[in-house]
Amino acid sequence: MSEQTIDRDAVASIAQRFESKPEMLVQILQAVVTEHGWVSEDVIRQLADILNLSRADVHGVVAYYHDFRTEPPGSHIIKICQAEACQAMGSRDLTKHANDSVDADTTLEPVYCLGNCACAPAVMVNGKTFGRVDAKRFDTLVAAMRGVSS
Amino acid sequence: MSAVKIYVPRETTSVSVGADEVALAVAQQAKKSGASIQLIRNGSWGACWLEPLIEVEVDGVRIAYGNVEASDVPGLFDAGLLAGGEHDKRLGPINEIDYLISQDRWTFWRCGLIEALSLEDFLLHQGFKALQKAWEDGPDAVIEAVMASGLRGRGGAGFPAGIKWRTVADIESAQKYIACNADEGDSGTFSDRMLMEGDPFGLIESMAIAGFAVGANRGYIYLRSEYPLTHMILSRAIETAREGGWLGENIQGSGFDFDIELHLGAGSYVCGEETAMLESLEGKKGIVRFKPPLPAFEGLFGKPTVVNNVVTLASVANVVILGGERYAGMGVNRSKGTLAFQLAGNIKRGGLVEKAFGVTLRELIEEYGGGTASGRPVKAVQVGGPLGAYLPEEQLDTPLDYEAFTEIGAMIGHGGIVVFDDTADMAQQARFAMEFCAIESCGKCTPCRIGSTRGVEVIDKLIAGEKRNENYDLLVELCDTMEDASLCAMGGMTPYPVRSVLRHFADDFAAGQKR
Repeated sequence: MSEQTIDRDAVASIAQRFESKPEMLVQILQAVVTEHGWVSEDVIRQLADILNLSRADVHGVVAYYHDFRTEPPGSHIIKICQAEACQAMGSRDLTKHANDSVDADTTLEPVYCLGNCACAPAVMVNGKTFGRVDAKRFDTLVAAMRGVSS
Repeated sequence: MSAVKIYVPRETTSVSVGADEVALAVAQQAKKSGASIQLIRNGSWGACWLEPLIEVEVDGVRIAYGNVEASDVPGLFDAGLLAGGEHDKRLGPINEIDYLISQDRWTFWRCGLIEALSLEDFLLHQGFKALQKAWEDGPDAVIEAVMASGLRGRGGAGFPAGIKWRTVADIESAQKYIACNADEGDSGTFSDRMLMEGDPFGLIESMAIAGFAVGANRGYIYLRSEYPLTHMILSRAIETAREGGWLGENIQGSGFDFDIELHLGAGSYVCGEETAMLESLEGKKGIVRFKPPLPAFEGLFGKPTVVNNVVTLASVANVVILGGERYAGMGVNRSKGTLAFQLAGNIKRGGLVEKAFGVTLRELIEEYGGGTASGRPVKAVQVGGPLGAYLPEEQLDTPLDYEAFTEIGAMIGHGGIVVFDDTADMAQQARFAMEFCAIESCGKCTPCRIGSTRGVEVIDKLIAGEKRNENYDLLVELCDTMEDASLCAMGGMTPYPVRSVLRHFADDFAAGQKR
């Protein structure tokens, strides 16, 4: 269990934004992940209370969706598209390159289609989509992500 | 002198290759040179291979420049960009570009043309005219037109939209819903996204028409989370429409109430299946429901619901304006109207091509697409996303017609066309089809949940050359089981790409053996 926590007031205020309606659970969790990066056990407990759901219900939803990370991510998140259009343009090799080259503070995740299939391979860096990413451009993007101009 | 209009798309693909940086550079360069410009963020015309594609309006003609980088901008200004000056990147007037003018641009006609987030520009381009006509014609006439148009669901299943609408309209219920499926998860597809980013008010209008026709006052858009820019654009468009009195109560004094709520998905492919999407909209796990009851009877929160994909809905404005018969005049057989095909993967001129049904894959891939990006021969083409078959070169003359595709064990699906060159290892692609199903299966039915994992294992054995005949038979039998016994298309159609590889590219399994 991670020592890191997510501020309880922040979670309550996100739930409130969605009028604390149980049918907004997916939206609430999406906002939690967007704003805090992940969903902790404590958040699950808290949301179950607020929304009057069982912890199992909330846990089930968290576990079901790929977006709802249950571990804190690194300082940067890079998603490389693993779907067919990007495979046709070398995303498998690009993924190998990324695995071999990114630092430990960067979380690499698979994503299945960013809808950028005519300019493949596609990569999302900290929420922004990039197209025509070969290994060289990948390195440039990573450098830019770190605030280093190349 | 009035400000010169410069169009720089704000659309995912264009932005993914530098459009925002170009827009910034244009603004800075204009300021530096004291030029008066009006920077307009339009959608994309769909010629993705030319992105970022910017335009300058000179004497009412929009001059296009393609593959513009931010570093090109000072040079472009020096070359007289503001007067449409000559430059290596100049493509000429946008309305003379072959790729675009030879299309049947019905549904996407405003895409690229207008400033996406300007309600004023939308209204100047027939915006809300179809909704107003719908009010004049009445709900029954609208549904009749949709029936007569032969419009079928563009999201993949190809179900006639008019029948869904008629069913929902005929049910007595105090609450009905329009649920727009914007969970465009198939690889190789981006037409929903382009429409929402380039003509967001167009979708809002069509959803309102649907609501009016069936008697629903509430609409939901279920947008995938992989589209953050779309989310921003759509949120702003919905807010603007509300402020402009085109959403909400008593729209434009018509007495008709309609509002839209935008929901985000959370990375689950199967939520593109309509009942899984409804579950997700209710805040639950995206687990597929048993049918019946169909969503038209018991959909969102148990109420009658029209579930249509983005492009299906967006096509309705045209149907209302032109009339069902005229819309049905395009296309072939039971595939009426146009489809926005998407050329993707290893293709030289990738992008969105809206054509009447009946066009062949070869025309699209060769004439529009210009062949592979790598310049190597085409080996396989996957049509219709991860559940679509891989077609070999000799099947490229198949006309794009729902039934013609069904006949060859393939599907058009969402119109995504992903091209692979001769370096592709099709055994790996077959394996991926099963792997993807294992990752994305909702887990409700056994053939899909277990079958996909077993499928990966059997394919691995085949690739390794283990007991080839037995494993081949086992794989075929597994495909039969998944196809016959799965609850939805996820497990039911995963065998399509697998079987197509067995049928057309069986040698690739042997190739793996030699390695």
